[in-house]
Order: sequence, then structure tokens, then C-alpha cells
Amino acid sequence: MAMRDITLGQYFPGDTPVHRLDPRTKLLFTVLYIVALFMAKGVLTYGILLAVLLGSIAVSKIKLKVMLKGLKPIIFIAVVTGLLNLFYTPGTEGETPLLSFWIFTVYPAGLRAAAFMVLRIVMLVLCTFLLTYTTSPILITDGLEMLLGPLKKLHLPIHELAMMMSIALRFIPTLIEETDKIMSAQKARGADFETGNLIQKAKSLVPLLVPLFISAFRRADELAVAMECRCYHGGEGRTRLKVLRFGFNDYVVLAATLTLCVGVGVLGRFGW
Amino acid sequence: MEPILRTEQLNHLYSAGTPFQHAALVDVDFCAYRGEYLGIIGRTGSGKSTLVQHLNGLLKPTSGRVLLEGEDIWSDKALTRAARFKVGLVFQYPEYQLFEETVYKDISFGPKNMGLSGEEIDRRVREAAAFVGLPDDVLEQSPFALSGGQKRRVAIAGVIAMDPSVLILDEPTAGLDPLGVEQVLSNIQAYHKAKNATIIVVSHSMEEMARTADRLVVIHEGKIPFQGTPKEVFAHGHALEKMGLGVPQVTRVFSRLRTFGADIDPAVYTVEQAKNAVLAALGKEAE
Repeated sequence: MAMRDITLGQYFPGDTPVHRLDPRTKLLFTVLYIVALFMAKGVLTYGILLAVLLGSIAVSKIKLKVMLKGLKPIIFIAVVTGLLNLFYTPGTEGETPLLSFWIFTVYPAGLRAAAFMVLRIVMLVLCTFLLTYTTSPILITDGLEMLLGPLKKLHLPIHELAMMMSIALRFIPTLIEETDKIMSAQKARGADFETGNLIQKAKSLVPLLVPLFISAFRRADELAVAMECRCYHGGEGRTRLKVLRFGFNDYVVLAATLTLCVGVGVLGRFGW
Repeated sequence: MEPILRTEQLNHLYSAGTPFQHAALVDVDFCAYRGEYLGIIGRTGSGKSTLVQHLNGLLKPTSGRVLLEGEDIWSDKALTRAARFKVGLVFQYPEYQLFEETVYKDISFGPKNMGLSGEEIDRRVREAAAFVGLPDDVLEQSPFALSGGQKRRVAIAGVIAMDPSVLILDEPTAGLDPLGVEQVLSNIQAYHKAKNATIIVVSHSMEEMARTADRLVVIHEGKIPFQGTPKEVFAHGHALEKMGLGVPQVTRVFSRLRTFGADIDPAVYTVEQAKNAVLAALGKEAE
């Protein structure tokens, strides 16, 4: 039953200015924000970026608690990165170590580097959460397809990739439900998925995976036929039910984001 | 009659503690007697599938108890596992859970998990295959090469091979052609008679239930509004229709005949009964 608790897509429907932005705007914001994040050097630039992020989160009405909950999986990476930076950053000339034991020496510079690095990782993840929490997966794929559209000129299969993404997203809940059902059915025949060593556990997955793959292929086949029946033949000449349009807000946000990115870049150059 | 499987004040909440929380079962007191053929009827989402998954310990009650032969199946881990084998559950569309290379191996999956000896497993597989009418040469074939109806019967045999004293089937005839429906129903009857096993069938086909079940339990919105013999349950025709269930078609025909003034017994649920009722009304003896 644990399968049911997995949140996927993580989209929280809402009707805030952040939710209403064009997905392309939000995608560009995310990309430029991350670029800016890597150009930030000092307290001022980090401060500006943090303020922008927290402000956007506040406007989106997504609870900070929910956001921070999502950080759990990256705690390990953040801690390891933090520690590495803490111990391995050499001090600037004339700096006295804060503390030193065995082979480890901590300089004030290391402390600074560690703090900024952890902050950078956390902000990076929070910023992508802001995108996925406020934009439905389908809109993200649509936005991505349109943003990458020019690459079609280079004969890259952008539409096909976007379609594959949409289909994959659409079928994740279905497959989870299916897994749940097959697991219950095999449990009813005495299958044991929990106990045993690694090899036994891997073996016990066979009765689950074989039916799951078969049904996934069956579904894929049925979907392909259903799409063909409705004359789907790729992206050529295909129009949309919901055409994405930039609104006034989008232009404002895009301009602000661009300014933010350039501004942080310049300030970062001067080490602020 | 001696109860074999009971639930006391059974409650089940899905997604407890989240905004999606909803009660699938509310204070359900369910009882199945030893050796009976029990039908559970209810609409999609009424809680019938949730109920049957409690009966063999697949789902844990949010509150309340499930008693198998008088013992709470959740009081001890060994009892929970034993309940899985004593109460065989065939899910909806069970053919989608076949996974082995041969039919024989697939049917032996359950008995193997019970830790039986090789000889005993072989005996059970052959016996189960015979109950569902699978010829010997099918046993060595791949289950994926069979027809839909045959696959269904292989999956049912996979549960029968565990020799459960209670056999539960969730919509065993869904999606089968008329011939397949008859075959599966007669397979179930054969097991019921030969082993004196308790059979619980979940269905929404009133015709099928009227024909096969000794007793019916109606589930609606997580509760049991009616239970009893088909005659007692179908007497609540209007209430059943409000629940989106209704009565067998032949019953509806007969109650209409009565409103037209025909002197006929409206308590008719199967074609056989209908024939007798018509003959009786015409003043002739049934052959």
C-alpha cells in the first residue's frame, strides 16, 4: 500500500499569479535563475536571489513547509557537499584556522564556501520545485516543446520527445495502481515481498514484474492503435486546443528575470 | 449454521489523515457460514472489493476485527499468513497476474509458497486443473498462448490449488463470453460441491447471483443495507434500484405482468422459476 503514498508530478493546483504564468515564462525563469545562482558570489547576490525566491513562493501560496519537505532526498548531498567544502577549502593568506584536528583544518573561508554551497543547492532545488508545484506536468511538456521548437530545424525529434514525456507522465499513476493490484494478487497466493535477503527479494519480484511488463506493453499497443484511429501521425501540422499565449505579466516577469540574471552576474563579478 | 468468516465493526479509511481521506467501510458486521455459496452485490466503489481484501488479511482494518474460525487474523503474524492460504482470493481480471513459463508452474506458485512437498504440489496442481477443466496438454503450454477464458480458468486454478476452505472470487465472469461465463460458474460449483468449501462471489450481475447464490449480501456506501436469501433481498426491488442495482430482468418482467393483472407469483428470480410460474398460472404441471 506504500505505493499509493508516492507523490508524483507534485503539482498543487491553485489560482495565483504564479500558477497563471505561461509555462514558458516559468521555465525560462527557472533556467535563468539557476544561471544567476551560479554567478552569485557574496552575501548581497545570494540575499537578492533568496529574497526573489521566497517572494515568489509567498505569492504562489505554496506552504514553505511543503517545499522544505521535498528537500529530504537531497539532505545527504547537501551535507556531504557542505562538509567537503568546509574541510577542503584552503584559507586565504594570513587567515588563522578556526579549528584544526587530525588531518582536518577549518578556515573561515571554508565556512563561507560551505554555507554558500549548501544554500546554492537548496535554492536550486526549491526553485525547480516552484516550477513543478505550480505548473501541471502537461503544461510543462507543452512549454518545453514550444521553447525547444526551433531545434526542429536541426531535425531533432522535439515533438516526439514531448509526446513521449506526456504519455509517460500520464501512465505513471496507472502503472502504480497496476503494481498495487498485482502485488495484492500475488500476496493472496502467498508471495512474500518483504522478508529474505537481497537475492530472495529480487527473485520475489519476478511474479510482479512479468505481469507488469506484459500489461505495460499491452497498454502501449492499445494506445498506439487508439492514436492511429484518431489519425495521429506526429507533430506535422498539428494544432493545439489550448494555445499558449504570453500575457502582460509574462513580459514583466521575463524582463525582471533577465535584469535579475544580468544584475547578479555583474555584482558577482565584483565579488559581492 | 456455523460461521466460518466474520467481521466485527469493521472500518476502513483510505488515505487516513490526508485531505483525500474517505471511508470505504463503516461498521460492517459481515458473516459467511461454512459451506454456503454467498453472493456479494454492490456497485463499483461501494466497498465490496475493500471488504473481500480484508477477509484474507490483505488489507488491515482501520478498526474492528476479522475473525476466521473464531480467531482474530490480526492477533498473530502466523494467523495472518495462515488466513492468506485458508481464504483464497481470486481478483478481478486475474489473468493479468499470470507470470510463469508454463501453466503448470503458474498454478504451482501458491502451493509452493505454502511450503508443500513436491508430490503434494503435483497432486494439487493436477486436481486444480481438473476442477477448472484444463486438459493435461495445456499444463505444459505458456499461459500467454491461451484464450482469455482459458487464462481466467488457469488463474482461478492457481488459487484453488492452495485448497482454501473459503474461496472468494471478485467478478469472476467479467468480460467473458457467455460460454466462458457458464464454464467458470460450473467450475466454481464443482469446487463448492467437491470440497464443501465456502464460496463468496462478488458480482453485479443479478441474474447470475439469483441463479447460483444461497444467500446475498448487499453492500452500499460501505454498509450492508440488506442480506438474506435472494428472495428476501430482491423483495427490496425499489430500494435496490435506487442504489443502482436492480433485480433480475425476469423478475421485472413478472412484476410488470402482475401490474397488467396477470395472476402470477412475482417472486421469480431465475428462468427456471419463471417457467414453473408460467406453467402454474396456465394450470399445467411442470414436467
